[in-house]
Amino acid sequence: MSTTEKQRAEPREPELGGVSRRGDLIFAGLAKGSGLFIMLALAGVAIFLLLQSIPAIGASGEDAYGRDNIVLYIWPLLYGTVLAAIIALVIATPLAIGVALFISVYAPPRFARLLGYVIDLLAAVPSVVYGLWGRETLQGWVFPIYQWLADNLGWIPLFAGPVTTGRTILTAGIVLAVMALPIITALCREVFAQTPTMHKEAALALGATRWEMIKMAVFPYSRSGVTSAVMLGLGRALGETMAVALVLSASGVITINLISSQNPSTIAASIALNYANSSGIKTNVLIAGGLVLFVVTFAVNFLGRWLAARGQSKG
Amino acid sequence: MAQTTETRPPSPGDRASEPVSMTKPQLPGWAPALAAVVSFGLAALAGLLLGWGPAAIVVVGWIILLIALPAWSTAVEGSRTGTDRLVTTVVWSTFAIAMLPLAAVLWEVVSRGAPALNATFFTASQSGVLGEGGGIYHAIMGTLIVTLIATVISVPVGVMAAIYLVEYGKNNRLSRLLTFLVDVMTGIPSIVAGLFALALFTLIFGPGVRMAVGGSVALSVLMIPIVVRSTEEMLKLVDDELREGAYALGVPKWRTITKVVLPTALGGIITGATLAVARVAGETAPLLLIVGTFRATNFNPFDGAMATLPVLIFAEATRGGLMEYVPFQLERAWGAALVLIVIVMSLNLLARVVGTIFAPKTGR
Repeated sequence: MSTTEKQRAEPREPELGGVSRRGDLIFAGLAKGSGLFIMLALAGVAIFLLLQSIPAIGASGEDAYGRDNIVLYIWPLLYGTVLAAIIALVIATPLAIGVALFISVYAPPRFARLLGYVIDLLAAVPSVVYGLWGRETLQGWVFPIYQWLADNLGWIPLFAGPVTTGRTILTAGIVLAVMALPIITALCREVFAQTPTMHKEAALALGATRWEMIKMAVFPYSRSGVTSAVMLGLGRALGETMAVALVLSASGVITINLISSQNPSTIAASIALNYANSSGIKTNVLIAGGLVLFVVTFAVNFLGRWLAARGQSKG
Repeated sequence: MAQTTETRPPSPGDRASEPVSMTKPQLPGWAPALAAVVSFGLAALAGLLLGWGPAAIVVVGWIILLIALPAWSTAVEGSRTGTDRLVTTVVWSTFAIAMLPLAAVLWEVVSRGAPALNATFFTASQSGVLGEGGGIYHAIMGTLIVTLIATVISVPVGVMAAIYLVEYGKNNRLSRLLTFLVDVMTGIPSIVAGLFALALFTLIFGPGVRMAVGGSVALSVLMIPIVVRSTEEMLKLVDDELREGAYALGVPKWRTITKVVLPTALGGIITGATLAVARVAGETAPLLLIVGTFRATNFNPFDGAMATLPVLIFAEATRGGLMEYVPFQLERAWGAALVLIVIVMSLNLLARVVGTIFAPKTGR
């Protein structure tokens, strides 16, 4: 039976299949080509940044924005970048976990979806608008708080002051926290939603209060997921440009004083602010800063994704 | 409940005779609301007497609530429920705090941006304007042009790459690497994408190049991973039975994909693409580097600088200059921010609506 069918089918294939197979080949080629194109683009980002950074290695003095060499130029900026991102995470992580818990456990289920959309709207506001808001509005709000901090808690190095402006690294950190919040919240919600319902119901059935249920069933299950969410939020905060460029009144020092008028700048903000009047080697110096930022965010995102993947395979 | 307590076997000791309650006393359902009203009322009273600002009143009221409700609950219901009440209050507060910046930003943008809006604002450019007057027509057009070109580049590439991942890759080494790189690519800082476009165009056209297409290339780097991820999710939702049905009818694979798989997932793909457009429409940093800023209208994406809304906001906010011009520059920045937010939010809304309309088609 099967052999006769095969014989009957075989001669027909070339005439019918010729056209369609060519279509298949072209389509498959296009699809694969697009995939390769994306890889090429990512490789291109790294290669072009690398090529354009090479001339900056020998830069010094005027070319390196008054520093002796490229490392001395980038190092304070890297410090500021990390400091602002850490402030942002210290503020955003507890908030994001709380909001994610609120949406997935506490809020009435009917509203949960809607509340998720509202949080996503936070992510939809363009960063330059946050920057404008931080520069014009938020700095006025936090200024009296900073004065109070400097007066009453000035013995802590973080709040040594003197306070002359609200546009400090702490304000920049607050704005970055607002921007990292929706990302961390969305990822935490996903992780919390994956907790087995049986575990949660079992905990409640044994008489646990809601908080005990969260502590015993939800948190142990989602530890690696939350960690990866925080890492991805960190990646976002490290690379954010405009909010910091608009908010921060920077002078490129290294200090842990969060509320004085002398603030460290960040890599991204310094590129955005200095690019317009840079030329020659100065441009290369800025691009070298971008390369460092790229490497740091790449590493952080890599770690975050790796943690997420490990958590998934384990769970 | 009373019955169960009576049928309980008597326990040894002197309490055997009296009925033991099996239910713990509970606070009534309106207790948290009452505690909140009383706490904030107390804070307001103290605030009015001592002359605090509204922010201080809210903070003090919140602290009183944070102490009072758990304390009351601990006294009546026991410490475990007290802790639970404390956490519940904290979790509700985090949501309120998270809403605060969104509400504040929207309020500020609307209240300060609305006065700037008028017919001239939408029809004139900044050409020859110092201080008052002029509009942002040139920037709106610039944003549309740059974003449109970015969409034309990213959507086909992103959708085709997603098709490769789901239909052809089948978890081979290339597709696993691609998935991973796309994930990492979503985390590329926007300014790095801008520097990439800048370095690329500098190599081709020489230093100091300003070109709107360069901005589109930079935005594509940010947009492609979003399109790939959302399309991939949607294609995975398409039932395998649909594909097998088409194959069984002798339809070639590429016709199956274009005629069966893609139409089924179309709604989700459009939603993802729209969200990606909304995401990049507000990007500033890459455009600042490669597209630059221009005060007149420029429709040619291959020739010279072009104004865009986000860059215009940044430029007007930081320009400084003569003191008497600054209020007009700020008003323009807020007005442009309002227009930009309206564009971005409408795109988001559109994406949700499209997603809801087409949702049943994706099945389960």
